[in-house]
Order: sequence, then C-alpha cells, then structure tokens
Amino acid sequence: MSTLRRRLVAVGATAIASTLVIAGCAATEEETTSGSTGGDSGSTEETMEGCDFYADYMGNEGTEVEIYTTIIDPEASLFIDSFGEFEECTGITINWNGSQDFETQIQVRAEGGTAPELAIFPQPGLLADMSDYLVPASQAVSDSVDANYTADWKVYGTVDGVFYAAPLGANVKSFVWYSPKTFADNGWEIPTTWAELLALSDTIAASGASQPWCVGVESGVATGWAATDWMEDLMLRFQDAETYDRWVSNDLAFNSPEVLEVINEADKILRNPDYVGNVQAIAATSFATAGGGLVDGSCAMHRQASFIGGILAADFGAQIVTPEDTDVEGGITTFYFPGVSADNRPALGGGEFVGAFSDRPEVQAVQHYLTTAEWNNKKAADGGSWFSAHLGLKQESVADPVNKVAVDILQNASTFRFDASDLMPGAVGAGTFWTEMTAWFAEGKDSQAVLDAIQASWPAD
Amino acid sequence: MTQLAPKPSGLKLTKGRRKVKDAFSSPWASFFAIVIALLWTIPTFGLLVTSFRPKVDIVTTGWWTFFSNPNVTLENYQSVFLQGNNVTPPLSQYIFNSFAITIPAAVFPLTIAVFAAYALAWFEFKGRDFIFFSIFALQVIPLQLTLIPLLQLFARGQIAGVQVLPDMEITGSYIPIWIAHTIFGLPLAIFLLHNFLRQIPRELVEAARVDGAGWFMLFRKIIFPLSIPAIASFAIFQFLWVWNDLLVGLTFGGGVREIAPLTVRLAEMVGTRGSGWEVLTAGAFISMIVPLIVFFTLQRYFIRGLLAGSVKG
Amino acid sequence: MGILTFGILTARETGWDVIAPNLTITIFGLLTFAAVIFLLFVIGERSSVKAQEWVKYLVFLVPALFLLTIGLIYPAIRTLFLSFMDARGENFIGFDNYIWAFTKPEILTVLRNTIIWTLAVPIFSTTIGLGIAYFTDRMKRGAWVKSLIFMPMAISFVGASVIWRFVYAYEPNLNKPDIGLMSALAKAIGIADPPIWLIEAPMNTFLLIAVMVWIQTGFAMVVLGAAMKNIPDEIVEASMLDGASQWRRFSQITVPMIRSTIVVVVTTVLIGTLKVFDIVRTMTGGNFETNVVANEMFNQAFQQRNYGTGSALAILLFLGVIPIVAYNIRQLRRERTER
Repeated sequence: MSTLRRRLVAVGATAIASTLVIAGCAATEEETTSGSTGGDSGSTEETMEGCDFYADYMGNEGTEVEIYTTIIDPEASLFIDSFGEFEECTGITINWNGSQDFETQIQVRAEGGTAPELAIFPQPGLLADMSDYLVPASQAVSDSVDANYTADWKVYGTVDGVFYAAPLGANVKSFVWYSPKTFADNGWEIPTTWAELLALSDTIAASGASQPWCVGVESGVATGWAATDWMEDLMLRFQDAETYDRWVSNDLAFNSPEVLEVINEADKILRNPDYVGNVQAIAATSFATAGGGLVDGSCAMHRQASFIGGILAADFGAQIVTPEDTDVEGGITTFYFPGVSADNRPALGGGEFVGAFSDRPEVQAVQHYLTTAEWNNKKAADGGSWFSAHLGLKQESVADPVNKVAVDILQNASTFRFDASDLMPGAVGAGTFWTEMTAWFAEGKDSQAVLDAIQASWPAD
Repeated sequence: MTQLAPKPSGLKLTKGRRKVKDAFSSPWASFFAIVIALLWTIPTFGLLVTSFRPKVDIVTTGWWTFFSNPNVTLENYQSVFLQGNNVTPPLSQYIFNSFAITIPAAVFPLTIAVFAAYALAWFEFKGRDFIFFSIFALQVIPLQLTLIPLLQLFARGQIAGVQVLPDMEITGSYIPIWIAHTIFGLPLAIFLLHNFLRQIPRELVEAARVDGAGWFMLFRKIIFPLSIPAIASFAIFQFLWVWNDLLVGLTFGGGVREIAPLTVRLAEMVGTRGSGWEVLTAGAFISMIVPLIVFFTLQRYFIRGLLAGSVKG
Repeated sequence: MGILTFGILTARETGWDVIAPNLTITIFGLLTFAAVIFLLFVIGERSSVKAQEWVKYLVFLVPALFLLTIGLIYPAIRTLFLSFMDARGENFIGFDNYIWAFTKPEILTVLRNTIIWTLAVPIFSTTIGLGIAYFTDRMKRGAWVKSLIFMPMAISFVGASVIWRFVYAYEPNLNKPDIGLMSALAKAIGIADPPIWLIEAPMNTFLLIAVMVWIQTGFAMVVLGAAMKNIPDEIVEASMLDGASQWRRFSQITVPMIRSTIVVVVTTVLIGTLKVFDIVRTMTGGNFETNVVANEMFNQAFQQRNYGTGSALAILLFLGVIPIVAYNIRQLRRERTER
C-alpha cells in the first residue's frame, strides 16, 4: 500500500472536520479537564498545574523529537494541537514533519544517517524493511500496547520477534458507502448476505435509476490497490481467517483454487458491465472520483474504506450522515460489506505504526504518550475524524457516525484482519498484486492468468 | 561545409550590427511559429483558467466551460498563501529559501563547470577525452541512487563506511543542498559548455597566447566574455532545475522547515488533498513566475554575433 | 520552566528571525566562493608560465573532478556493486538480478517503450525546437513566441502533471460533462465514444511522449537559438544576395553551422529521456504497457524496496547510454580532424 493511500486515510476528514468543528472543540475542552484528574496544586516549580499526568515524562526539558510521517495538512494541524499540553508540561518539543515522499525518504534518511527520532509507518511491510535501523520499543511502550490494544495489533509492529512500533491511527475497510436518501426513495433494502447484495445489484440495474456500483481503482503510482481491497475483503468472507493468513504468508499459493474462487466472486460484480458500466475505464477512474457518483446519484454503492467519506465530503460536497437520515440530499453513509451469511461478519482494516530510530528518553516518552487512552481520546475528539484501535477509545469521542461504527468494529469484531497487501512482500503487495488487478480491468486479463502472474512474482525466500 | 575566412581582429569584438531582421521574417514562418506557440500554451492556459475556478466546478466540468459560465474565485490562491498549520512558516519564507538555495546552486556549478569545460576544451593532456566522456556518461546516473551515499557523506563524513571527513555538522543548513545541486548540475553543464567553448576560434586563442597571455588571463579576457551567451542559456536551465527541484531539497534539507524551498511547501499542499487539484493549480502558477522572469532577463544576453566573422562551421 | 518552554513553542521562529541568519549564510557563501575564485586567479596569473602548466589543472579541472568523484562516481560504483547483491544489499547473488531483468516477461515491453521514448522525444523536440529557433531568430516579437514555448520548462513537475490530467482525463459516464480536453475535442468532431486515452496501447505511450516533447522543446529551442546567434550576419546576408530561398538558407547554412550544437541537444534530450520516470509514474503508474526502465528502477528500489534489481536496472540504463557516448566520441574526433 502506498503513502498516497495512507495519506488519504488521514485526509479522510477534512470537510467533516469543518462541519463538526464546534462539537470537536467542546469535546476537547471536556477531555482536557477530565484528563487532568489530579488537580492538587502541590506541584513543584518544575511542574505546571494540571501536568500530573505527564509526571513519567519529566526530566526532558528543552529536547526535541521529530516525528516523520505521511500525514500533512490539514490533519497535521490537528496532531500538532493534540501535543500542545504534552509539550507544555514536559518541555519536549515535537516537530511534526509530514511529506508525501515519506516512503522513499525514510529509506534514504535512515541509511544516509539523518533518520528522524520517530516515524509513523503507513504499512507493516515498510516497517519490517527498516527494522535494522529502528530501536526496539521500551518496556513501558510494550506494556502499554499490551494493555491497550488487541494482541493482533502488537504483532503488526513486531519484526522477527522484536517489538518495535506501537499502533497509531486505524481504518476499517469492510464498508459499502451509499446514499440513504437514494436507497429510501427507491425502496432498496440494505443487504445482509452476499447473495442479497448481488440480488440488490440486479434490482438496481433493472430499475435503471442508477448504475449499481461505483468502481475506480486509479490512484497514481498505487493504481490497483482498491481492487486488492475487494480481493482481501472477499477472501475473508469466502475463506476462513486461517486461510487468509496462509494466503498472506504464501503458504497458500496465490494461484490456488481457493483464491480463484474468490476472484471469481469479485468478478461477478467488478467486471459485470450491467453493474459497473465501462469495465476497462475502471482502471483509469480514480477511486475518489468514482465515489463522487454517490453524490450525484449516477451510481448507488461504493465499497471503500472509512476514510473515503472525508474525501467525498471535501471534493464532492457530500455529507456524512447516519443510515436513518434518509432525507438528506447528498448525504452518504455505509453499510457493512456483507459476508456469505448474515452471521459471517469478519472485518478488514489497516493502520499505522510509530517506530523509533533513537532510544533517548524523550523519544520513548513521546512514543509512550501516543499509546495512552488520554491522547487517543483527545485526538479522536478534535473533530478530525481520526480514530484508532485503542481499546480505551470511547465511542463518544468519535463524532462521525461512520467512524463510530468503525471503532465498534475494531474493538468488537470477532474476526479482524489487516490489509493483506500491506503485509505481503513489496514485490507483490506494492507490485504485482496492484498491477495485475489493474490489468484484470484494463486488458480483461483472465482471472487464473492474473493469479498465476502474481504467484510467479513472489520472492523466492 | 561552409568554410569562412577568419577575421582575427585581436581581442576587439565588433558590437554594432546591421539589422537584417525584417528581410527575414517570412509571413509563413511567423505563422508556423505562432501556431506552435499557441498549441504549446493551451494546456498551461487551461491550468491558468482552472486556478481561478471553484473546487466543485474543477472536478465536474471542463475548464473551457468557464467561458460560457464564468465563475471566478480567488480561493485557490488564498489557500496557497494562507493554508497551513500553527507551525507552518509564511509562504514568503519558503520563497526566500528558494532564492537562497537557487542562486548559489546556479552560480557554483556554472563557475566550476565553465572552468572544467575550458580545461577539457583547451588544455592538451593525456586522458582528456576519457575524462570528458566519463563525465558525459555520468549524466545518466539516476539521482535517486546517489542520495544515500551522498547523505552519508554529509551527515557523517563517511564514504562506504570509512571516515573521510570530520563530521562537519552541516546538515540542516543550505550547504548540503548547494553542494548536492552543484554536483548534479556539473555533468550536463560541462558537456554543454564544452561544446560552446571548443567552438571559439583557435586563431583567437593562439593570437592571445602569442601576445603572452597565460592560461588564466586567456580565460578571463577571451574565453569567459565569449562564452557569456552559452553561460546565460545554461544559467536559465540550472536555475529552473534547482527552483523546481523537490527531491534534493527534501533529502538534503533534512526535514528542517526553516530552510525548505517553495516546492516542499507546494508538495505538502498537494498531498493534503489526494484528489483535490485546486490548490495545485494556483501553486503551480505562483512558482512559475520567478523562472519566467529569469528567462526574460537572461535572454538579453543571447547577443548576436559575439563570435561574428570568426566562427567556424 | 514549563511556561517558559511553552512561550518558546508558540513563538516558533518565523519571518525575519529565520530569514536573517539564512540570508547571512547565503551571502557569506556566495562571497566566500567569489573570494576563493578571485584569489585563485590572482595566484594563477602571477605564477610563472611553467608553474601555470600545473596550477591550471588544479584550479580549472580538479574541483569538478573532486565533486564528481564523491557525488557521482562513487555512487555509480556502489550501484554496480549493489546490482550483484540481494534486495537489502547483504548477500552476493551474482548475475541473478540481471537474469531476473531479462527473464521478466514484462521487460520486453519496458525495453521496447524505452527505445520508442529515446527515439521519439529527441527527434520531435529537436525538430520543433530548431524550427522555432530559426523562425523566431529574426522575428519581431520573437521573444514572446519563445517564452510561450519555453513556459512548460518553467512549470514544476507537479504542475505539469495536473495540466496533462486536464488534457487526458476520461469520463466513463456518457451523461456527465468531460473534464479532459481530448475527449471534449473528440466529441466535438463527432467521435461519440472516444478511447480511454491512457489505457489504449500503444497510443498511450505516445500521449505520454507528447508531454515530454512539450517540456523539452523549450530546452532545444533555447540552446539552438543561442547557437544561431553565433552565425555571422555576413554569411546570411551573402546568401540573401545570392537569392537563396528560406529553405536553402536553413538547410545549407543554418543547420550545418550549428551541427555540433544539434548533436549536443539531441544527446542531452536523449539522456534526459532515458532518465525520465515521473511522467510515466504519475500519469499511468507504468500500467497499460507504458512502463519504461527508469520507472521500473524506481519501483524496484523504493516501492518494492529491492536495491538489487533496482540497481541492475540502473546499470542497464547506464549501458544504454554507451552507444550515444560512442557516437559523440566519433563526432568530436571528426571535428578535430576538420579543424
């Protein structure tokens, strides 16, 4: 998965941020006061009032910590604001340095000897490749992650048994975006199984009201990732989680019958002209532009991660609503991307991880602070539509109705799996898996041939 | 090939030239030139129009519909100037940094390249062609593969893990950026300038040598003045490349906000909205102004006939 | 203490506080450089004729060679070394990366495309640049025409990629208005269902090449224009008195007189084309049979994080430039003998 794509995760909320800014502010204030529980004014000269929470991080006044990341404005501003109290109390200055060339630059800087103190890795694969330059997380960080996240999330930040990076933000991918108003106006029902989903697609196609599916996989250098998300989501549905894990590690060959079954299911929607219009054009249509069709009603459903809402709000004037808001023009929301049966409800998602290139105490302090419930709730409540997999994250901190559902899924899903392409080796996960799926649309390439080509590119080790 | 009678008029160069302009401009030639120029401009013009359109219009209708439905906004330009967070320096500081990076990063490589081109064109020594063509071939080395070793040198004074220089602590200043641009600009500059310098008539050079001019005076009195048009044309390109560079500034700037050039800021704005083009359009125009001014200014130095009457074909 | 730190934080240095020291170091840098050059010339001109014979190398040639050695030659050797190593540069694996490059099924397309690029871009940009330079050489207001052609060079790459998106964008929904200029034009002349420009091979490769030509023509025009300024008026006037036609004047005087510059321009554009990857990268990501060696190199080294294969592709690019070097050597030798 690319930097670009991750950036979009962060971008997610721009417009929502502006609509929810008042609520966000209120929440922040509340959080700040409740966060500083101590309240006793017996602080020393060194400690400001209300800084008790930060006692463990003291003794690092005047130091600076650079956080290198893909997350840039306007989301960067929200992050910087969220560090205000920490900086004020501890005297540690956090330099937020966002760049869309992060993926290339982090490799260059690490090897060149100008590594930042902390880096927010948008994918576990990149983290693993950089592990030679990273320092293992401190015991405090490790303990905090044990206490605050499900075991899976710690595994993603672990390379060869050594725990390096703590989880930061998260997103959930198993969503179908739609317009509740369009659905209500046409009397369409939310499907709860894959069969119902196909039946609904037929109904919509037959109605002629709009095209059933909005599909676009163009994304610049990362073109094709949107199609890999379809594959991953369906893999979790038509196969079990163990098979998914074997697929990720290539213990299950990419061109095996199990995967073929999945791509054939995807084929039923993605390459059906009655559902998606011009199949070839999917490869040249941006995943965001495709989603714009929801707003003007030219297509009805868009299977895309939680973060797309913010982009559609910013670029196409969409408004994120709840499924009950059936009277909002331009309102969009999500339903759960259904499984084979109604009680088969696995979830696919992704997230980013904070790794350290230095073991100085102030660096460990920042890394630890980012795993606390205090910071996660404060950050989630800032109106930026950000959320994480932190178990201490309160649903009321998250204002966006879709993100509320996402947080619920992250904390309670029986089966949660991380984006497979992010875990596969770069040659596949950021290579042939994208390009072959793109060719699947653009050239109408045979499904088995696509799987064979991906399997052939799997690195020998 | 046309062989001209050389007019070794010593060091004095004729400046006054008769104008033969009008006799030359055939209407068809002008027409052709103008058509191509317009064709070349349409895409950029589309961008200019787009930069004044509201965001929603940009993604839903073509820019040419602007003329039937003019809907002007300065919002995109405002975003370029005002967008940012509480630690983003004002845009003026990025513009200043771009100048502070670009001017030395154009002057240094040009000077060193003129020197080297002079040596390779006029000094007679063994291995001259080998050196020249090695430099020539170096042009093809992809920049990306040079970043890591060069950064290791700047950051730690190491080449291949061996300490060759003391830790200079120059990261986080302009100096590594200047040096990197100088190095990357050299092969092409030497190649282009060598081509111009070797066309300086041998008679002129030899006459000066006979008059007793040493290698240094020869350069100062003859070679340098005669190569001004070539230097001016290359200066334009070096300026442009550095001005528009993102990779070198990003890599060797070490992520220090205080020295980051305009392109770093623009890239940040771009990234902000993965699919939103509107801020980009305005940003691209703002960053274009300076290179265009440079082009107009330096074009004046393309003086006709510095070598008149003595060039060989 | 906390308050103090916070005070510093909120008043992060902006404006003049930052510019002043930066300005100082810039001026200091430039003055130091000028002083060194001045000093070298004073020493050089004062030294004896005999001493000058070696001082001249020290002053004129050594600085460039030193910088090139640390900045390009060493990285080139390192790249060669890495091309025989595995993905992270840890184990020697012989020629595996090269075998990989030549057995990868897509490589033939990539090589074919690279060859098309290196032929088409220099030919088109040099021809058009030469034409414009000639026509505007003595044209009234020629400077305006030149600056319009030059403009694409002044646009940062980020800007250029946006510009061309508005040209090639495709709208699959026939009921929606087009954003792309090409589709709109096609529909205006009666092609109801225009192709998906960036997907249809081999057309898409040529559409990408058009972007590069658009950028490089300005370069060719400026350099060739500067060379034309060196053609003596006497020759031109003489040919006019002879009644030579515009075409004859162009083909028999202008072109031969600036031939070596034409070779230089073609070579430079060609090398630039071999290296270009961002056009392909941003517009198609190398999909739809548009990939070129330079883009695949970037992909391998930084996206798939395999320095071995990335370096091997870079070495292939380097080998690709050898025929051009050979041609230039021949050219230079020929000129010397004519002299």
